[in-house]
Amino acid sequence: MIQKTPLYDTHVAAGAKIVDFAGWQMPINYGSQIEEHHCVRRDAGMFDVSHMLAIDLVGAESQAFLRRLLANDVAKLTVPGKALYSCMLQEDGGVIDDLIVYFFTPENYRIVVNAGTAEKDLAWMRLQAANFAVSLTPRRDLAMIAVQGPQARERFWTAFPVARSYSVTLGIFQAIDWDGWLIARTGYTGEDGFEIAVPAEEAATVWQKLVEAGVKPAGLGARDTLRLEAGMNLYGQDMDESQNPLESGLTWTVDFKDAGRNFLGKSALAGRQAQGNLRTLLGLLLLDKGVLRSHQQVITKHGNGETTSGSFSPTLNASIALARLPAGVAIGDEVQVAIRDKLLKAKVVKPVFARNGQSQLQGV
Amino acid sequence: MSVPADLKYTASHEWAKLEADGSVTVGITDHAQEALGDIVFLELPEAGRVVKAGEECAVVESVKAASDIYAPLAGTVLAKNEAALDAPESVNQDAYAAWLFKLKPDNAGDLDGLLDAAAYEKVAAEG
Repeated sequence: MIQKTPLYDTHVAAGAKIVDFAGWQMPINYGSQIEEHHCVRRDAGMFDVSHMLAIDLVGAESQAFLRRLLANDVAKLTVPGKALYSCMLQEDGGVIDDLIVYFFTPENYRIVVNAGTAEKDLAWMRLQAANFAVSLTPRRDLAMIAVQGPQARERFWTAFPVARSYSVTLGIFQAIDWDGWLIARTGYTGEDGFEIAVPAEEAATVWQKLVEAGVKPAGLGARDTLRLEAGMNLYGQDMDESQNPLESGLTWTVDFKDAGRNFLGKSALAGRQAQGNLRTLLGLLLLDKGVLRSHQQVITKHGNGETTSGSFSPTLNASIALARLPAGVAIGDEVQVAIRDKLLKAKVVKPVFARNGQSQLQGV
Repeated sequence: MSVPADLKYTASHEWAKLEADGSVTVGITDHAQEALGDIVFLELPEAGRVVKAGEECAVVESVKAASDIYAPLAGTVLAKNEAALDAPESVNQDAYAAWLFKLKPDNAGDLDGLLDAAAYEKVAAEG
């Protein structure tokens, strides 16, 4: 089924090039992907992310359910509005999805999941929720807009002056409910900004006010190069059900601290960790001329690996990738990438290429 | 979408122009650059390479994807566009000025077998 967000007509009217993304008709760009990318790094851009699904959790055992469901531990969320990034795992440790969970009270959370996995996620969550006093409500009545960039918050407040006093003190990864809107200081670009969830019928007006405040619409194309530069994983590309978080650069999101907490996938991950020889998701900076893409073979002295995401980086004016590499490969190593009939030189780098308007690769 | 009437075209979105000296200049069409989006890298054939009609002989990479470019007709590569190599975005700016390579055709008459502007417009309109 082809689905459209509440902002579809707005995108078409703005001249967006529309593509199919996980069954959704979404803007890939509004002209130049590179210009939209720079606009987010340097000023403020916005993305329609209404294809992602918000799911509200309510019930006495909401916290206990999430401590079982998620690899990260929601018990560390104590301040209302605080958010946490986590993977949701199969019993075998494979990643079902990555998501953000917002804490309101131990009986009330919101989860935002990827568009392409939304139905699968809901089915899995409902299955796992059977033994818990918790109800799950998908919120397709909401639209979500990500306003991102160094000037994003200022421009948002220009558009909605009354919201300033409510959201000016929000810390990173914190949200507040403002009159039925959820304003969250989160994002997927490596820049400051807000992600706001509003009733679908208000979306077009909100978008228009942000345009008038100088926020430039940006498409999924720029969203992908921005998140790649920021070193953020894309589900389905950098990890999926066949990969575990420990070998996907996401060890920091798996919380083993509470020995009494038996989250889904825990024993499989512990087993994999004990086995050792874990592969690592690292960054590549192409030293030769060319463009890295996903699924290219990476040749290292410790064996072969594979790029999972690759593109041209507008901020670095060079090509970058995330790559799953054999144990033993270290930051600073030089490796080769097979592109068509050539072997090109690349350097292994920390997988954070550009954030907060600038390159994070000084000295490389 | 611009489709100059004095050029010949392929269904794979290359244009070919017969020059006064008998050489053929090759590039990608305005429709192709539009579909590819921001172009960031070109891989072009070396002078002296002998190509068959329809042979993959260059690659145009945009931020989005890599796209193969095919020789519109058989011949020998005379030159590649060094200026375009240094400024791949010039293909987005003017796909008919930013040529990719020049061929010495085995048989200049082969050009007659390519699409004219009207026929290419139909191909491009179908995607």
